[in-house]
Amino acid sequence: MVTTIGILGAGRVGSAVARTALKAGYAVHISGSGPAADIQLIVDIVIPGAVAMTAAEVAASADLVILAVPMHKFRTVDPGTLAGKIVIDTMNYWQPIDGTLDEFTTDARSSSEVVADYFASAHLVKTLNHIGYHDLETDARPAGDPQRHGLALAGEAETAAVVAEVLNRFGFDPVYAGPLVAGAAFEPGSPIFGGRHTADELAIELGLAEAA
Amino acid sequence: MEIGAYSFGDTPLDPDGSPRSTAEGIRNLFDAIVAADKVGLDYFGIGEHHTVSMPASSPGAMIAAAAAATDRIILGSAASIISTDDPVRVFQQLATADAISGGGRVEITAGRGSSVETFPLFGYDLADYDRLYAEKLDLLMTINDSPTESISWSGTVRPALTDLAVVPRPVRGRLPIWLATGGNAASSARAGKLGLPVSYGIIGGEPHRFAPLAELYRRSATQAGHTGEDIKVSVATFGLVAPTKNEALERFYPGWHNLNVEMGRLRGWGAPDRRQFDTQAAAPGAYYVGDPDDVAERIAHLHGYLGHMRHFFQADFGGLPQEHLLESISLLATEVKPRVARLLAAK
Repeated sequence: MVTTIGILGAGRVGSAVARTALKAGYAVHISGSGPAADIQLIVDIVIPGAVAMTAAEVAASADLVILAVPMHKFRTVDPGTLAGKIVIDTMNYWQPIDGTLDEFTTDARSSSEVVADYFASAHLVKTLNHIGYHDLETDARPAGDPQRHGLALAGEAETAAVVAEVLNRFGFDPVYAGPLVAGAAFEPGSPIFGGRHTADELAIELGLAEAA
Repeated sequence: MEIGAYSFGDTPLDPDGSPRSTAEGIRNLFDAIVAADKVGLDYFGIGEHHTVSMPASSPGAMIAAAAAATDRIILGSAASIISTDDPVRVFQQLATADAISGGGRVEITAGRGSSVETFPLFGYDLADYDRLYAEKLDLLMTINDSPTESISWSGTVRPALTDLAVVPRPVRGRLPIWLATGGNAASSARAGKLGLPVSYGIIGGEPHRFAPLAELYRRSATQAGHTGEDIKVSVATFGLVAPTKNEALERFYPGWHNLNVEMGRLRGWGAPDRRQFDTQAAAPGAYYVGDPDDVAERIAHLHGYLGHMRHFFQADFGGLPQEHLLESISLLATEVKPRVARLLAAK
């Protein structure tokens, strides 16, 4: 059971996810790239209710860790600290933002599979990458609301089920796409990426259901 | 409240949608600045941009030309991508424009750039993104704050300066230097810590959600001992004003659509969605597209959250017809500005 969510990265994505998690009733531990004191004022004012820590402390204390660092910096996170943890990869490889990163351009797989190789002993789930950080906070809706949007997720089924409940509490309908390789279907360039879809529409885009 | 406009340049389109020349985009921008001065707009910002559709690559040159052709309007870069430029040259170009303007009308806004085309264009490595920005901002501030022409500075991103003259000096001693940010909390804290005015570029979501960032900025400034008139907030958003809300929406939408098709191709977004546009163009969305009453009320509403002293708008992208830009600028100066003043005075 997830009660404490850890967030690595206190930028725009990390802050928006942190506020969403707090609103959903989770305890939130968050880190920037350095000591907790560096982000204390930011957390106090922009993410009130969250606890500022170092990345290692966040990883050790959270039931589930959300990676929200810039893609070109993911190797600054010590993979040993995430061993055995459920980890959500929110990152995208965006050439216009990240520049050309050879490990992604020369590897045909989805970015999360490359990231998963690095965090080999973590249980990685790809999600929260195809919604804008503004939209995460404005589009959350209670379960059953006809305007509720879906969020796709990919990873091993057992771990994904845990993450699905978190997404549900965040205010979105989780749509399980399959193992991590299936996450390619909601990366940049896909019809899902950056769009707004209900769970039914997402299922059709992912080829899990037939259009009516 | 100062009301202004900003532009990255907008290469005009032929009726069949094919682009006309980038030079025409530059000429239109110059004409718009001159027109804005005549109708009494407070501010015009030129944002460094390096694409065929948005060709305002050289804010310093544009501002120098505009300084000579205008009388009252404040001119600024919005922003200068200082990470990939030489702060010595940025300062010299804008200080030159300041001298031409008579003094006190030229500002610099220092940005990092939200897209990365300046890195290959000027031969920089994106891996140095943070260090380039931090050091070059420090150099720019060192030059600006210097009591004399003689500058000494050392860092890792360019050769050191040892008692070298950087000329001309601004007419009033210093140029206002703003720090531009799109909403990263650390950037707000940095602006406060440095004692620089902050300029928020809000291109989506709900602008009033920036309130905690503005508070973070002001608290960071106070903690660092910075008070006084440099601690202030400006806001840049999309916006177009027309006689009626419906005209404004129909004038703005085609360019927005074109922009999003182009950005979507670059960044992997899906097709632009009219529903999303309509949501953003209505309160409390981020597109200030409407008639003068609508736009004025939304500026005043946002002021309750951010306490900003300047709000400036980008209307011209994706081939906005020039006459629509000019009418929007005129309405901003003559209709929106007095309404905002009345609304704020009544609070």
